[in-house]
Amino acid sequence: MQNPAIEYDYTVAKWFSYLAILFGIVGMGVGVWIAFELAFPELNYVLGEYTLFSRLRPVHTNVVAYGFTLSGIWATWYYVGQRVLKVSLAESKFLQTIAKLHFWLYFIGALLAVGSLLIRYTTSKEYAQFEWPFDIVVVIIWVLWGISIFGLIGIRREKTLYISMWYYIATFLGVAMLYLFNNMEVPTYLITGMGDPLHSVSMYAGTNDAMVQWWFGHNAVAFVFTVPIIAMIYYYLPKESGQPVYSYKLSLLSFWGLMFVYLWAGGHHLIYSTVPDWMQTMGSVFSVILILPSWGSALNMLLTMKGEWGQLKENPLIKFMVLASTFYMLSTLEGPIQSIKSVNALAHFTDWIPGHVHDGTLGWVGFMIIAAIMHMAPRFYKREIYSKKLLEMQFWLQTTGIVLYFSSMWIAGITQGMMWRAVDQYGNLAYSFIDTVTVLHPYYTLRGIGGLFYFIGLFMWAYNFYKTMTAAKQIEKEPQFASPMAA
Amino acid sequence: MFGWLERNPFFFAVGVFVVIAFAGLIEIVPDFAQQSRPVVTAKPYSLLELAGRQVYIKDSCNACHSQLIRPFKSETDRYGMYSLNGEYAYDRPFLWGSKRTGPDLHRVGNYRTSDWHANHMWDPTSVVPGSIMPAYKHMFTNVTDLETAYAEALTVKKVFNVPYDKDMDGDGKVDVPLGSYEEAKKRAFEYALRVAEETKRQDLVDMVKAGKIPEIVALIAYLNRLK
Repeated sequence: MQNPAIEYDYTVAKWFSYLAILFGIVGMGVGVWIAFELAFPELNYVLGEYTLFSRLRPVHTNVVAYGFTLSGIWATWYYVGQRVLKVSLAESKFLQTIAKLHFWLYFIGALLAVGSLLIRYTTSKEYAQFEWPFDIVVVIIWVLWGISIFGLIGIRREKTLYISMWYYIATFLGVAMLYLFNNMEVPTYLITGMGDPLHSVSMYAGTNDAMVQWWFGHNAVAFVFTVPIIAMIYYYLPKESGQPVYSYKLSLLSFWGLMFVYLWAGGHHLIYSTVPDWMQTMGSVFSVILILPSWGSALNMLLTMKGEWGQLKENPLIKFMVLASTFYMLSTLEGPIQSIKSVNALAHFTDWIPGHVHDGTLGWVGFMIIAAIMHMAPRFYKREIYSKKLLEMQFWLQTTGIVLYFSSMWIAGITQGMMWRAVDQYGNLAYSFIDTVTVLHPYYTLRGIGGLFYFIGLFMWAYNFYKTMTAAKQIEKEPQFASPMAA
Repeated sequence: MFGWLERNPFFFAVGVFVVIAFAGLIEIVPDFAQQSRPVVTAKPYSLLELAGRQVYIKDSCNACHSQLIRPFKSETDRYGMYSLNGEYAYDRPFLWGSKRTGPDLHRVGNYRTSDWHANHMWDPTSVVPGSIMPAYKHMFTNVTDLETAYAEALTVKKVFNVPYDKDMDGDGKVDVPLGSYEEAKKRAFEYALRVAEETKRQDLVDMVKAGKIPEIVALIAYLNRLK
């Protein structure tokens, strides 16, 4: 049943799409830069202390995770939310204002927070580096998003929540809980009236701090890089392909399974550390169980294409999404393998870990956001996608980039892990640490090249999007399924 | 049941929250008190060491260096005794890291000296040919923020009962004195001068004597303390 009366308001969805492109280019540009720094250390000094690897690494992770990915998530939320709830943002002045406030506060907050990292304000906790004033801004931004979600739900016409909605709600709740608990810190200035007002000290010490951090860190991956991306694919793949979701029961199982299992798996970051042994084992076991709900979602998506595989050849957006779910499967198989204690003993602390992260983020998260935004573009601007050929080229270039990235990091990680433990015939360590660094030079170079390919792809994406917005052929009415593209 | 939940967003959200909060409650909460007990030899950081630790954090040394020696022979041979839970009792935040682009540092104080660190941080390849670590020259001119370090020490003393100014081992002497800012500062300068002299760099000694502790000196004091 179509309701032609609803005019959806895409203003904020468009803004967040622009921001996703911008932050994608900035964050991954920094990523490429620091990747090459590992191969060619002179690059560290280009802008004095501001381009040191250690300074830029948190900038890279934060801009990509909380700039590119969150912008992508919100671009899709302000599009998908209205459509699956069958209500327009324009119907509520209040929610419209909240949405705009959400965007601007986020944009300004993000710029300030990243600036603070560059001038050395960091709590050192991975993916939670921002100091306390920024944490408060993050909480306000999050509450605004919450108002937007539940406000829109409050005025919805479609009573049953579509699968994407489950995942957006879970993202909201999950990140709220994790972020609050992990960022519990005491601002030292407020207690003593001395020193730097931005400085704070963690509420937790040592092993406890590590437990909370990786409960957070692992599940920040869950609720930023997984859950909302599943929300996207459940909407965009059926829409773009015109196929119904393969199985409702499978989506139920995967959703509730993922919610229950994911949180336990954080312990796999702490295997052979000083956290209690039973927790390490739980982390390990639940990581393996996590294959079930993860593959459940991925297979549900792949099976949605059943009988329609021809579209894979015709439509580059379908290519992006199908490969995204395939990378999701790869990554969610690789993660559990690395969580097995004996494998972890080898893999932990090596480049295999960033390799794993990047086949997930570049392949799954990146591709899904790219596809979602290109699916929305013709609907935003009532124009065809500017160039199918460019989109195809982008797809192949970026795919090559990802393959170079993870294969070089697999080799680097396993090489390094093996060399750290290698002994000579008398049982003495065979290599000094520096031997295990210099040996990685070719792989670091390859990884940088892989990253560069992906990065160039982003410019193709940005150009294609911009041309779609301004110069592509206009279309009369909104396309129902496959996005129209000029050759 | 699921169909009903999907039409009732409030209960749906409550359901999701319960399911995701469950693991944290079971895994993290029960052991919390147990895990924060210090080993007998663990002591809080002195003011200068704490200031050095802040430098370590500010420049994200933990992006490339771990502080966690795992219980394998290959690790204990390379880095020393494996890490114990109670050694971290005064680490706020923890600095285990997640990637060893460079070697572990949890016991670096056992096998490196102040002058080695100074040379290394000034030009890493001068002592480790082939190193890909960048130089951290700004640490040689930046002045240590002792006041913020003192604010942190005082905060953890007040809020978390970290045993500054206490006799921890029962020998009748205060183990780690903090006292007023003036007292703590005086001790930090004496300590800093010793470290600066150990680096054999006159510019660092001169800076300390002129009333400014370069960040590198505080950092080295912290690294030497990691044993």
